[in-house]
Amino acid sequence: MTNLLKNRELLLIVIIGLMVIGFSTRAQGFAAPGNLANIFNDTSILIILALGQMTVILTKSIDLSVAANLAFTGMAVALTNAPYPDPPLAALIVMAIGIGAFLGAINGFLVWALQIPPIVVTLGTLTIYRGMAFVLSGGGWVNAHQMTAQFLNIPRTQLLGLPVLSWIAIAIVLGAWFVLTRLPFGRAAYASGGNPTAAVYAGIDIGWTRFIAFVLSGALAGLCGYLWVSRYAVAYVDIAVGFELDTVAACVIGGISIAGGIGSVAGAVLGALFLGVIKNALPVIGISPFAQLAISGIVIVLAVVFNARAERKAGRIILRDRAAPEASA
Amino acid sequence: MSETANSKRVIPDRLGTRTSRLLSSWEVLLLGVAVAIFVFNSFASPYFLNAWNLSDATFNFTEKAMIAFAMALLVIAGEIDLSVAAIIALASTAMGAAAQAGIGTPGLVAIGLGVGLACGAFNGFLVSVLRLPSIVVTIGTMSLFRGISYIVLGDKAYGNYPDSFAYFGQGYVFWVFSFEFVLFILLAIVFAILLHATNFGRQIYVIGNNEFAARFSGISVERVKFILFLLTGLMAGIASVCLTSRLGSTRPSIAQGWELEIVTMVVLGGVSILGGSGTIAGVVIAAFVMGLVTFGLGLLNVPGIVMSIFVGLLLITTIAIPIVARRIKEMSR
Repeated sequence: MTNLLKNRELLLIVIIGLMVIGFSTRAQGFAAPGNLANIFNDTSILIILALGQMTVILTKSIDLSVAANLAFTGMAVALTNAPYPDPPLAALIVMAIGIGAFLGAINGFLVWALQIPPIVVTLGTLTIYRGMAFVLSGGGWVNAHQMTAQFLNIPRTQLLGLPVLSWIAIAIVLGAWFVLTRLPFGRAAYASGGNPTAAVYAGIDIGWTRFIAFVLSGALAGLCGYLWVSRYAVAYVDIAVGFELDTVAACVIGGISIAGGIGSVAGAVLGALFLGVIKNALPVIGISPFAQLAISGIVIVLAVVFNARAERKAGRIILRDRAAPEASA
Repeated sequence: MSETANSKRVIPDRLGTRTSRLLSSWEVLLLGVAVAIFVFNSFASPYFLNAWNLSDATFNFTEKAMIAFAMALLVIAGEIDLSVAAIIALASTAMGAAAQAGIGTPGLVAIGLGVGLACGAFNGFLVSVLRLPSIVVTIGTMSLFRGISYIVLGDKAYGNYPDSFAYFGQGYVFWVFSFEFVLFILLAIVFAILLHATNFGRQIYVIGNNEFAARFSGISVERVKFILFLLTGLMAGIASVCLTSRLGSTRPSIAQGWELEIVTMVVLGGVSILGGSGTIAGVVIAAFVMGLVTFGLGLLNVPGIVMSIFVGLLLITTIAIPIVARRIKEMSR
């Protein structure tokens, strides 16, 4: 199994490498280090969200509310920053993470305490959180000139050759790797998704693990709320509509099993980068940006076909039919 | 997640009388909610109790409900189709392109239904032949189908549908009863019979409750699932004909986000998202509840996005209430 997973990540690196080389034959300078750094920076937010989504998916759940959480939190910090420019930026970032974590905790609580299927919970909170963003803003926009220079500039400040936004993403990738592979929570997350019954017998509190996963995913979505608003220098209700599907897509492409328990941090990051490279390449090689949606659709379907082949375990087959019913939620 | 839920399920000593079971059923509870909303609305707005206004209100849910019937069957069988709204978009785009080429109304309808069936067959192939998890597959095909619409249309729109095409979304069969509403009722009856009075319906329940046992009892699980995806695609095609006819134009963003509302309708109707239980009657009442809520709020000048908060709250609370009630009951025992 580990070999297969290693193959998946290697394979993705090779595919991404080939894509970059292929695109650079059509467009000079696509493979230049500066442009690659740009693509990474452009994909940073997706990488961060995909890591949160991955943590939730590992525990056999799904968080469809991340983009709505991002929109609400982004609106909240923008609305705080506009009339009150004085408080330090750090306070705003803490506030963003706090709000995000709280919204995530609501999801987690409903899944944990009431045992409502995660897909139903987050489908509901998805509409609620985005609706709240509308209530908060009254449908208005917060534009660049209303935000303080510090609020806008920090993520794009260059530090050792990369913008701060990229460094934040790198820090979170390392943090996620540490949490998922070196802390008891990481073990618990893999176990409660891989085999919930065995996890219970091993003394793991599945409900609590899922709760923490949702809080983490929410906190990262909150952070991304600030990053998104700052990067695009505008906050309105519909920011990042549909972005939750991109995060799921990044995970699926990265080899994270939607049935829980399988996946790696490197996979999620590479899955996000794969989408990021395609998104950045389309305009460069002269394909209409309208084609992007269809292309990511094809990629997701192919990735799922691929995952299913990799996850199929010979030992589990009873009769000729695959007996183990995969949880559809 | 079902593993942990199953261990807490208890088998009661007595099932209770027929009437007490009926009274505590989900459908009756939901009907109570619907009546309450109806009464509240008629006090809240003087424009609510008007046959034509109420008839207009049915357009809020008829197209979604048509798909929700097929989706309910799919969810009961333990699968889901998140690509339905994208199928509407693709079918509508195909009809738009055909209308520009001068094809008449019967041809347009055939194209709409055909595209729906083809999309459903594609989903069905991926899920039942390649045995892929439907939730991710249909997230993928959702992007794919709508993506094709975007490639074809970009930021443009199709209009100029033939005049007779307008009947499906704007016509009335008699008095205030629109074609869509009558179709909705007919389809509700057809689906109720299919699910509750045929072998095929039984098989759907068995698959949703225990796919393993279904195989051993000789049910062709893959074939049933494939047919259900086909049916869902067909219903999305029918909904697309109605919606396109009602709007009279096609943009690639048509019916955006409907998949969530349709799933909400199904779950609100008492269909277990884990599969195995649910009724068409529940879905019908849920459609009315959602239609009444959005229409009532609309009369009170509540913006659409705020309505979605209510829909989201409705979804979570209606699922949470019986769970909380059961908890309290267990604790007091």
